[in-house]
Amino acid sequence: MRGLRLISFIMTRLLQAIPVVLGVVVLNFLLLQLAPGDAATVLAGEAGGAPPEYVEQLRARFGLDKPVLVQLGLYLKNILLLDLGFSFRNNAPVLGLILDRLWPTLLLMGATLVVSVGGGVMLGVIAALGVRTWRDHLISVAAVIAYATPLFWIGLMLILVFSIRLDWFPTSGMEDVVAFHEGWARVADIAHHLVLPTITLSLFYLALYTRLMRATVLEQRGAEYATTARAKGLTERTITLRHVLRNALLPVITMAGVQVGALLGGSVVVETVFAWPGLGQLAYQSLFARDFNLLLGIFFLSACLVVIVNIIVDVVYVLLDPRIRVGGKA
Amino acid sequence: MTGSSPKTPIAGNPDPVLEIRDLSVALPAWADRPLAVKSVSLTVGRGETLCVVGESGSGKSVMARSILRLLPEPHLRIAGGQILLDGEDLARADDRRMRQIRGGEISMVFQEPMVSLNPLMTVGRQIDEILEVHTDWSKAERRRRVIATFEDVRLPEPELIVGAYPHELSGGQRQRVMIAMSLVLEPKLIIADEPTTALDVTTEAQVLTLLKELQIKHGTALLFITHNFGVVAEIADRVAVMRYGELVEYGSAKDVLENPQHPYTRALIDAVPSLVPRKHPEPSLTAEPILTVRALEKTYGRASAGPNWLARMMPRLARGRRSAVKAVNRVDLDIRRGSAVALVGESGSGKSTLARCLIGLEQADSGSALIAGDEIVGRSRGDWRPLRSRVQMVFQDPFASLNPRTKVGDIIARGAILQGVNPEAAMDQARRLLDLVGLDAKAAERYPHEFSGGQRQRIGIARALAVKPDILIADEPVSALDVSVQKQVLDLLDDLRRQFGLTMLFITHDLRVAAHVCEDIVVLKNGTIVERGLTADIFANPQHEYTRTLLASVPGRDWQRRGLPDQLAPPGE
Repeated sequence: MRGLRLISFIMTRLLQAIPVVLGVVVLNFLLLQLAPGDAATVLAGEAGGAPPEYVEQLRARFGLDKPVLVQLGLYLKNILLLDLGFSFRNNAPVLGLILDRLWPTLLLMGATLVVSVGGGVMLGVIAALGVRTWRDHLISVAAVIAYATPLFWIGLMLILVFSIRLDWFPTSGMEDVVAFHEGWARVADIAHHLVLPTITLSLFYLALYTRLMRATVLEQRGAEYATTARAKGLTERTITLRHVLRNALLPVITMAGVQVGALLGGSVVVETVFAWPGLGQLAYQSLFARDFNLLLGIFFLSACLVVIVNIIVDVVYVLLDPRIRVGGKA
Repeated sequence: MTGSSPKTPIAGNPDPVLEIRDLSVALPAWADRPLAVKSVSLTVGRGETLCVVGESGSGKSVMARSILRLLPEPHLRIAGGQILLDGEDLARADDRRMRQIRGGEISMVFQEPMVSLNPLMTVGRQIDEILEVHTDWSKAERRRRVIATFEDVRLPEPELIVGAYPHELSGGQRQRVMIAMSLVLEPKLIIADEPTTALDVTTEAQVLTLLKELQIKHGTALLFITHNFGVVAEIADRVAVMRYGELVEYGSAKDVLENPQHPYTRALIDAVPSLVPRKHPEPSLTAEPILTVRALEKTYGRASAGPNWLARMMPRLARGRRSAVKAVNRVDLDIRRGSAVALVGESGSGKSTLARCLIGLEQADSGSALIAGDEIVGRSRGDWRPLRSRVQMVFQDPFASLNPRTKVGDIIARGAILQGVNPEAAMDQARRLLDLVGLDAKAAERYPHEFSGGQRQRIGIARALAVKPDILIADEPVSALDVSVQKQVLDLLDDLRRQFGLTMLFITHDLRVAAHVCEDIVVLKNGTIVERGLTADIFANPQHEYTRTLLASVPGRDWQRRGLPDQLAPPGE
């Protein structure tokens, strides 16, 4: 019964997402038309100049000479057939390019989510349990500092301290390409490379969730059901772990769900700083190459990603909170 | 039958379970008084019920919580005295011992079962926890015990309810779960902190009966905190009256109820509105009708819309959806100028929805409602504006219904200014109204948070009267107030009515209050009017089954009916 309703809910949400994603595609397409220059001028420019006839020829080959609406129509048709087009810049199909870069980004995002939500929840609980003790003060002050520091600066400082000075972690990249690691050695190598970008990207969110968690735990500990639990003779530890924690998690999950989109945006900066071969870096490069097909493909995929993550968050929420009725919109 | 045995004399209660000696609880430095509880001494005997009565701020709840040391320390802490449970001083017991006592030897039932239960855990598990901590029984044994206790408190289908979440149960069922929770280990003492205040009157009666019955069955002592003397009359063996943290009167229920010594106790008892309808002037049948409602309907939820596209494709997915609720179902109502009609019903009866339709906060689906001849059903917001001065409302919660950032004078004058009165004149009138409702005219310059609940409700009444409405709709105007304040506000409404010939639709769940202010009564159940007539007639001779149940559920009805002519007693008693 509940399972069926959940499936129905997920299906409805997926179908509702289609017009949203298409809207994003159309909007991105039209916005990109506003950018000066196109792939043909960039290619010609990089070749050290070319006669106008050659540029025109290039345009005709890329289909850039047709009216904007016709281009849009063609693009939409291709999208619906899941054909994201061809990147002339990289001389490869867009889909393949993106899929190559997708998993590093997902890895970075996943690691960041785990560190920021997991760490934030833990630190928040520790701070709340020792409210107004040195632990609470230490965590709260550190959170405010992390909260107020810009992302790229943290990245650069981490590289400076941990890579250049201490030489603990590599400065950039996802793996040591010349070492040709295989199996577990490769996993360890990637994990080693992952540390600094993840810390950089998660620090801000870690601080945010720590503060949020601290506040909600304090609020929930004062709730009447916590008093009931105390009146049953439970220990403070059990009350916190069994009763308070789950209730206090709900607002954090909500926040995390909303912020996954922002995480993608943040990864552009971090991937650039750390030369992480992910979607953000690809987007950055394709923007300067005026490789609009590739850029649109990345936007399309990001939109899909955000939609899917939001659905996942909603499902998690339903599983955590029995009061939420899925599908009951009345 | 411990409950009905002759009352033990106060001083030498021979067999006390709990003995409180000189208990003081300190408030934090910023509070308005240093001690929440000031050297209170009480005893609760084995199997007896002690009611602690007091208004808000009397320290009764703090006192109850300090027994189990559930105070929010360090803000509130026990400053002195002893709490002896069978001779053992709980005020000095260590945490480990306290945890054994909580739930095992003393258990507690709280006021609001919805917030007192963890919303994310099944109720069965929440009770199971107690057994888990205090016993070494196996899982199956514990489950058997939980189900047996659910049967004990007469929850329907205990096997199913074990797996239910609190929000899936009704208010009464939730409170039964709380009671089951307190009973499951058969403690020596149950502390119940206003356990029936949040419940409907019929549910309240059932829960009180249940508590009493279980108490006798298990021989448990009961410390019952309440503000309601009706409840006291219903269940107490002995009574302690508290004010400002001090015990002002302490004695057997009979003595305190029939022969109160302290003036405060007398005032509290007098403030309980009588169940005997007051003599009101005969409503004149020739007066012009102010409100005429015909076949009014309001439905919430998906009324006519069928299942959505997905449910049509896969009907199995649509099961369990909420269907439409008829909140107001073909209601007819006539109110003539100068009369006061009480609309009585329990939660979910549709009484508030009806009121909201009548002042245009909700749009009725069909039917007709005339206010002094003008149709209001189907009016747009803009068309409503000229009618706003005809009908006004006094809201239930005096704390939420006044804008905290607006001065009282502006709150009162704004309605009149919107109707085109010049601001100077409106402010003058606001000051006169404040005077009229018994507040200082200077109150106009102050903000709502500076006033108490009763004073705020007076401001709410002044605000409603400022536009000189034809009809005043009062939606539970006194249910958030202490009983002594409640009486003052009811008397004020009654005075205003006489003075200005006010027409009033008075919405309440409390039959006593209805009897106090209204000569006509309309009983609403599930959106339908089941009975209507003169209050005196209905009280003397209720026709509908539901009205009879309502009347029989009023706590303390027998106590108040003492010495009254027999024909006023409900049939069958």
